[in-house]
This record gives sequence, C-alpha cells and structure tokens, in this order.
Amino acid sequence: MTIDNNSNNDKANQNIKPPPANTVGIIGWIRKNLLGGWVNTLLTLISIYILWLVLPPLFDWALLNADFSGSSGKECTTNGACWAWLDQRINQFFYGFYPPDSYWRVNLSLILLLPALAYILFENLPYSTYGRWFALSYPIISAVLLLGGVGLEGVTTDKFGGFMLNLVAGLAGIILSLPIGVVLALGRRSKLPLIRVFSIAFIEIIRGVPLITLLFVAVIIVQLFLPPGVSLDQLIRVMIMITIFASAYMAEVIRGGLQAIPNGQYEAAQAVGLGYWRSMRLVILPQALKISIPGIVNTFIGLFKDTTLVIIIGLFDILGQARLLQTNPDWMGKVDHETFLLAALFFFIICFSMSRYSINLEKRLDTTNK
Amino acid sequence: MKLNLIRFAAMAIITLLSFGTAHASTLNDVKAAGHLKCGINTGLPGFAFTDDKGNWNGFDVAFCRALAAAVLGNPDKVKYVNLTGKTRFPALASGEIDVLSRNTTWTFSRDVDLGFTFLGVSYYDGQGFIGRKSLGIKSAKELDGASVCIQTGTTTELNLADFFRSNNMKYEPVPIETNAEARAGYLAERCDVYTTDASGLAATKSTFKDAENHMVFPEIISKEPLGPLVRQGDDQWADIARWTLNALIVAEELGVTKANVNEKAKGTKNPEINRMLGKEGSMGKMLGLDATWAVRAIAAGGNYAEIFDKYLGTKTPLGLSRGLNALYKDGGILYAPPIR
Amino acid sequence: MNTKSLWTNERTRGLIFQVLLVVGIAVFIAFIISNTITNLEKAGLASGYSFLGDTASFDINQRLIEYSSTSTYGRAIIVGGLNTIVIAILGILAATVIGFIAGILRLSKNYLISRLVTIYVEFVRNVPVLLQIIFWWVILLSLPKVRNSLSIGDSIFLNNRGIRLPSANFSEGSVLVFLVFFGVLITLYFIKRWSHKRQEKTGKIFPFGFTALGLIIFLPALTFLLTDQPIDFNVPTRGRFNLKGGFNVTPELVALWLALSTYTAAFISEIVRSGILSVSSGQREAASALGLKPSLTMRKIILPQALRVIIPPLTSQYLNLTKNSSLAVAIGYQDIVSIGDTVLNQSGQALEVISIFMIFYLTLSLITSAFMNWYNKRIELVER
Repeated sequence: MTIDNNSNNDKANQNIKPPPANTVGIIGWIRKNLLGGWVNTLLTLISIYILWLVLPPLFDWALLNADFSGSSGKECTTNGACWAWLDQRINQFFYGFYPPDSYWRVNLSLILLLPALAYILFENLPYSTYGRWFALSYPIISAVLLLGGVGLEGVTTDKFGGFMLNLVAGLAGIILSLPIGVVLALGRRSKLPLIRVFSIAFIEIIRGVPLITLLFVAVIIVQLFLPPGVSLDQLIRVMIMITIFASAYMAEVIRGGLQAIPNGQYEAAQAVGLGYWRSMRLVILPQALKISIPGIVNTFIGLFKDTTLVIIIGLFDILGQARLLQTNPDWMGKVDHETFLLAALFFFIICFSMSRYSINLEKRLDTTNK
Repeated sequence: MKLNLIRFAAMAIITLLSFGTAHASTLNDVKAAGHLKCGINTGLPGFAFTDDKGNWNGFDVAFCRALAAAVLGNPDKVKYVNLTGKTRFPALASGEIDVLSRNTTWTFSRDVDLGFTFLGVSYYDGQGFIGRKSLGIKSAKELDGASVCIQTGTTTELNLADFFRSNNMKYEPVPIETNAEARAGYLAERCDVYTTDASGLAATKSTFKDAENHMVFPEIISKEPLGPLVRQGDDQWADIARWTLNALIVAEELGVTKANVNEKAKGTKNPEINRMLGKEGSMGKMLGLDATWAVRAIAAGGNYAEIFDKYLGTKTPLGLSRGLNALYKDGGILYAPPIR
Repeated sequence: MNTKSLWTNERTRGLIFQVLLVVGIAVFIAFIISNTITNLEKAGLASGYSFLGDTASFDINQRLIEYSSTSTYGRAIIVGGLNTIVIAILGILAATVIGFIAGILRLSKNYLISRLVTIYVEFVRNVPVLLQIIFWWVILLSLPKVRNSLSIGDSIFLNNRGIRLPSANFSEGSVLVFLVFFGVLITLYFIKRWSHKRQEKTGKIFPFGFTALGLIIFLPALTFLLTDQPIDFNVPTRGRFNLKGGFNVTPELVALWLALSTYTAAFISEIVRSGILSVSSGQREAASALGLKPSLTMRKIILPQALRVIIPPLTSQYLNLTKNSSLAVAIGYQDIVSIGDTVLNQSGQALEVISIFMIFYLTLSLITSAFMNWYNKRIELVER
C-alpha cells in the first residue's frame, strides 16, 4: 500500500511536480500492473501467448470459415463450423416439441415470472398485497399456461423439451424445494431428537448421492414403489426427485441463514410471548431468508446446470436436442461441436448473469446489515 | 375464481396420475387411453430421429405408427416414450409403455428371464467392425492388441469380449455411450477400430469425409435379431402386435403398397390379400380388431420395403442394402408366416 | 388432565410430533415395500443380490485389481468402484492445488493475470460440467496419433491413447528399498520436529525442503543400486497397433480429471479468495512490518488463518467432485456408474444396482466428511 492517500486536500502540496511521465497514463498503468517485477512480466507474457494461441483459431472456426446456410449437413463443406441447422432447429432448442402455435404460452409464463419474483424479492413495490397473491399463485398460473386447461389446449409433458425443460425443471425444483428446505432446516435445529435425527439423515443422504442416481430412481424405481396400476407422469417423477435433491441443499443454505441470526432475536421473540411457530414466521425466518438469498441463487445456478443430466435418462433438454440433431441422418457428423457449443453458450449467459446478480445482492445485503 | 383453480388443480393431478388397470387387457387400455404408448430410442440414425417440426420418424417409429393405425385407426395417436438402454426394460415391465420398438436384440434371457414376449424380427443385424484401410489388415481376427471403440448399451461389449477371448486375442476396450462420441474417438484414432451393429457402422461410415479410406471387416461376430416386444402374459396384445409386423412383411411379398392398399382392399383375385385386407375371412375379428386393421397398418407408412427404403435404404444418407433383410425369395431371410 | 392442557404442554406436544413423524415414516416405508413386492411378483422378476455372483463377460480397460471377462458382476462393480475412488482422489488433489493458486492469483496485482483467472473462473463455473468433460476429451484426442507418439527416452510415451509409463516389477529384494523409503519418511518427521524446536530456540531456519527431497530420492536409490537392482521396469515398446507393455493412463481418465478438477477448482478459488479476504489486513501489515516476505506472509500468516473459513465449504466441494465423477459414462471412463449400467443392462436388476450406487457414494461422502471434520478440528483456533 502506498502512502499518498492523505495528501489530496493538502494546499501546501499544490505546487508539487507532476509525477514522471512513465508512471501515469497508459504506460504507467502497464508498467505497474503488467510488468512489475520479472514474475509479473513472465506471467503477462504467458497469458498473452495463451490468448494468441486460442482466440484466432476459434474465431476462424466459429465465424470466418463457418457455413451459415443449407438444408442438410451435406451443404456444410468448409472446414469451419456448420451453423446451417440454426434456422430449422433453433426453436426446438428453445421449446422442445412444444406446439409452435403455443410458443406464446411458454414466453408468457417466463415473462410473468419477473413480476412474481420482484414481489417476492423487493418490499416497497406498489400494490404489494395483490402482488404477493400473484407471486404465490404464479406456480399454478404457469402450470395452467404450460399444460393447458381452462380453455387452453392441453399439452402433454412429453412435448416439453429444449431450454424450456431446463428452466421448468430448475425453477420448479427451486420453488417447490423452498418450503421443504425451510422445514428441514428448522427440523435440523429442532430440540426434538427424533425430528432432528430424521432431518439430518434426510439431508445428508440426499446430499451424499449424485443426482443421476436419484434420476435413475425416478425413471426406473419409482414405478415399482407405486401401487400396481398407478403410474405417474415421467416428467413429474423427475421433478419430484429434483425437488427432493434441491431441498436438501436448500435446507443447508437456510440453516446457514438461521445460524447467522443473533440469539438476541430468538430471545426477544420469546420475551414478547411469541410461540415457536409464530416467532419463526414473524421474526426469525424473514431475516434468515433474506440473508440466504445469495445462497439460494447459487443453489439455483447449480441446480439449473444439473438439469442437463436429464439427458442421461432420455429426456430432451437442450443437450438432448443437441444429441438428437447429432443423430439425425441429415446432420450426422457435422454438428457435434456446434450444438454443444450453443448449449454451453446459453448456460453461460443465464448462469453468469444470475451469479452477477447474486454477488450484487450480497454486497447490498452486506451494507444494510452494517 | 379460487374454487375454479382448486378444481383445475385437482383435474391436473388426476391427469398426471393416470390410473391404468394393468390387469385388464392392454388392448382395452390402449383404446381407453386413445393413444398407444410406444417406447423408442432417444435417437438412432435411421431408426428413431426427429424432423424439423420435432416429429418422430424412423424405422422403429414406423412400427409404432402402423400398430396405432391398426388398433386405433390413426397412426398419429402414438405417445412416444424415449428410452435409454437401461430404462427400456423397467419401462415395459411397469406398464409405462404398451410396446417397445427400440432396436432391441431378441435373446434367451430377455425373452425368458425378464418376462417379455418378442414379436418377431424386424431387422436382422449383427455386430461388425470398421477400420482404416491403412491398418493393412483384411480381417477382424488380426486385431490382436488393438484399441476398440464400442458403442455401449446393447450386447455389444459382451459379444466383443467373447470374440476376442475365443480367438485368444488381447484388446483395449473403449466403451462410449453415444455414437457421436464413439465416432469422434474413432476418427481421432483414439481406437484402431469401431464396433457396433452393422447398420450403425454403415450409417457412421456414410458421414466420413474420406469414406473410401475405411472398410467394414467381413466378420460379423454376433447375431442381433432386432424386433419389437411386449410384456409377457397378454397373449391377445402380443398377437395383435406380432401380426401387425407380419402384415407389413406379407404386404411386401404380395405387392400391396401404401399407394394401392385402398384399391386392393376392395377385393382382388388373390385370396391371401383378401384375407389380410379383410375382404375374406374374419382375421380382424379373431384379433379383437375390425376387418380393415391391416389396411390401416399398411396405409400408415407402407409395407416393409417402403419403410426400409424410406429410412434405411440406399437412397437415404445411411445407404443400407437389404442384405439379410430381403424377403426369402429375394435371397434374404425375411419370412413371415402366412395369414391364413 | 384434559386434552387441552396435554396440547399446551411443550414436552408432550413434542412427543406427539415425534410419534406422528415416526408412524408416518413407518407407514410410508411399509406402503412402498408392499407395493414393490407386489410389482416385482407381478412382473415375475427375481430380487436379491445373488446375481452379483454371475459371470460378467465384458471387459474393463482400467483395473486396479485382477479382472477378466470371466470374473463376476460383483468383481466388475468393485473394479468400477476403485476407478471412481482413483478419479475422486486425483481430482480432489488437483482441484485443491489449482483452486488455491487461482484463488491467490485472483487477488494478484497483475491486471492481466487477475482478469484471466476471473474469466476462467466465471466461464468454468457457469457451464454444465458434462459439456466440459466432453470438451477436454475432444482436446486430448487432438494429441499426436499413436504412430507419432511423443516420447521421452523411448520409455515414456504420449499420444491420444494416453500416457504410457514404464511399469515396475517387484522382485524379492525390493522390500528393502521400500523399508529404506519408509525409514527415511520417519526420520524426516523427527528432523522436522527437531528443526522446529531449534528454530523456536535459536531462530535458525533449517533448510528442511532440500534435505527432505535429497534424502527421499538419494537413499532409496542407493539401496536400489546396492541390492542388485531388484525392481525391473517394463518399458513400453511399439506394437502392431498400440504400444505394448508398461502402464497406460487413458485419455478418458485424464479428460475426466482435468474437467472435474478445473471445474471444482473454480469454486474452490472463490472459497479461497473470500477466505483470504476474511483475514483482517492488519495481519498482513503486521507481518510485513516484521519484515516477512510476501510469499512467506501468505504461507505462514494469511493461509493458516484463512483455512478455518475455507475448510467447511471446501468439504462440500470435495463431495461434489466425487459425485460429479459419475458423469464419466459420457466419455467411457469405466467408473462404478458406467460399469453398473452395463451390469443393469445385462441382468435387469435395477433396484439392486441402483442401491449399490447409492450406498457406495454415501459411504464415500461420509468418509470424506469425517476426514475433513477431523482436519477442521485440528486446525481450529485454539483460544487461550
């Protein structure tokens, strides 16, 4: 740390000489930040070399030498990427097999998500009572929009696919897991031994196994558990498992939030005569959940990426659509990298912006607590 | 408003929790549901793939459509359930699907031990090898010490192990789940040869830029009779599905095509055609269907030859010749029992 | 006592809750078991683990214990389990190293470096790991082909079929070499303690690192030469298709290893960064006021304090890495899930195979957690 911080307002220093030209401006910045000491210089050179090695060929392949038009893989003849499938297939990457004339229903339910989230996250919005009710009924509204009913044409869950499937599975998992997570987190801190043991066992067992084994359970074993003759929609079974998986992680995030609440709050709630449930509902949980929001967002990012694993059990999320195009006779062997690259890009954009948001939120919560 | 929502939620739950009665006949279940639940692959060139609109197509899919047409009168009344190598058998056993049409090899243990009934053979396949001509070998028996890319999920790994063991050779197995990655591995020379079913090899070879530098070795190391299957214990349903498959083959034999089936259904001089298409006898009734079941099955996607040519044949990117799958009278072994 | 006071009594209420919970769970489990039994009977499927004794009749390319296609399913699953453990251990080691370096570099004053590391972290964190595994595999496949292998002294070969190293054959006298090796390790432990004490008393720093390295290499090597060279190396040679002999590290293992360790390292670097930032800057200033070099400050002052914040979240990253290794099946690394899949496919014993997966991962998780908790206890702040 340098020692020039305090001299800014010092009038005695007004006739001070300007610093040498090579310590300010671009050159100064480069000298200071890139070439300070031989280790730094070496690291800089290595970094530049790596960038030079990677970026130009990638750019050439993905854009300069790429094919953008054609109706089958045969028409992709250059050495670059083959993007000709985009105009035919991009809708399937987004919406799966959802009926094209009903795409608006998917879009609408996605758009409605924003106000619903806003009313949960921010307190001082206009019409907040209606807003809360809207937010609470959002899962039902979006389910109606997506599945049909109440005048809308029914769409079966096997039509769900593409990026929409990742979103639906991820969002449903995170929303449904929130109440379960709260109960488990409270259970883990409960004074009642059996409830505590059960909560700990549930959380640790679910967190201890990979999601794909739970997905195998969903598609292979859940049918065995149900009474003969009853069958449960495949996507629903998968969503149940994703919810169970997410709620174990959610419980740990919320437990962290609960632990961060100072004991005084618990004692104060007791002192004003609130019972366990009321003190939790009115005093502890609102604070604990607020602290946990960044953690919840991070859990969501993780869960959202994990929804790609449904490809292993034969659902067609965005990776599944990529695989599907790779096995289409017209495109076989031409689109292996391109389709995956597109999927990676989508995930990057969504997850990156969410993680930025969560960092932002963390900073904001930090200042309000001080 | 609120009540409406609750009622709707209840309805949604009921539709998602479908109470089928597995003990009753599958035929009645299918008719009651109004659609056929058909298990197909999650994507296999030529056998099951989607078009631009997201509709399923392919050789295996065509059978689902023919069966739906025969039973329900409409080839589009199919709900496709995409299954992987490991989810297919539990799905069939639990009643999640009515019929499995997913390039499944007919083996003793699957037929007997796992409790399924195979309906016949829709495609005679066998496991082979593809390798570079520059390896300088002519036969798979010279592969001692090679690395072999395997597409897993069927009986491929087992056949390979048997083949190398019985020929006293060593190898490095590189088992990969999907054709896309296995092909990438082979092309990058991660492996000397790539092994999967011969149909898959031909399809893979057709995508190579330098296909002339690769060769499929003459050895076919396994028998892979692929066909549709149903649960054991419902003989009526098995009969319906079996004879739908047979009708498609017999139709090729008798020259009944998608184009002329409706014409021929009005009556021909050939009594076997008449029996099949419901003009003579009461074949449909014996199955528990109506008289024109086979007409609809054939009209759905054509006879066996038409389906083969459309999805697998020499005019498709896969470019498979009929080979073993030609009719017995054309030098193949495709032979359906008579409809009599 | 009437029912109302029963309900208002906290203890009895707690008891009622717990009894309800236990009864509820018991009923639920009984319901599931009875359904499962009926369903299995109806489908005519046998249940039980006796299938593990049947012949596997498929091959596995990476096996730590004796295995061939005539071995049993049970043995195949053990081979797969060991392969999972191998990738988990390798991955955890590499992820820790990369993660700590990246975490420290992110705080570097070199603008380009800290930016580049940030880009790496953000990119890797936000893309599904399944895609990254495939990505690394494709990259490794572009290494030289087997005919143009890179080699070091014609004994270590690198190509897109892996890294082939000489393997060692141990004959009788080799026991002595190992004894010397472990002897050196024990001696070093005492030297370390002695040097600590001396440093505390006199302030002299003993060059422990160099001494240790020298002894570890020199003494066993000397024994090796003196005892008539009891270990001989099986050096790989070029065969007709492949390199023959030696020990091969497959590109699948390396790709999975790179993917899992870089992915997890991105998360670890975040943990390390916030751990370092949590150490108050007074500590750093105090250290530099005492004249410690920055590298020594980091090693002796900052990291030990940061570790207390780092360890708990680090544990869950280790668990995640282990669990993510189950995606190996995508590129054909034969871990427990990949082999279990094949077993399931051949035997049809879905319930049993999946239960084996779960018990296996659960055991690994518990062991990892237990170890990390023990380590956490050890480095906990001892307040006087």
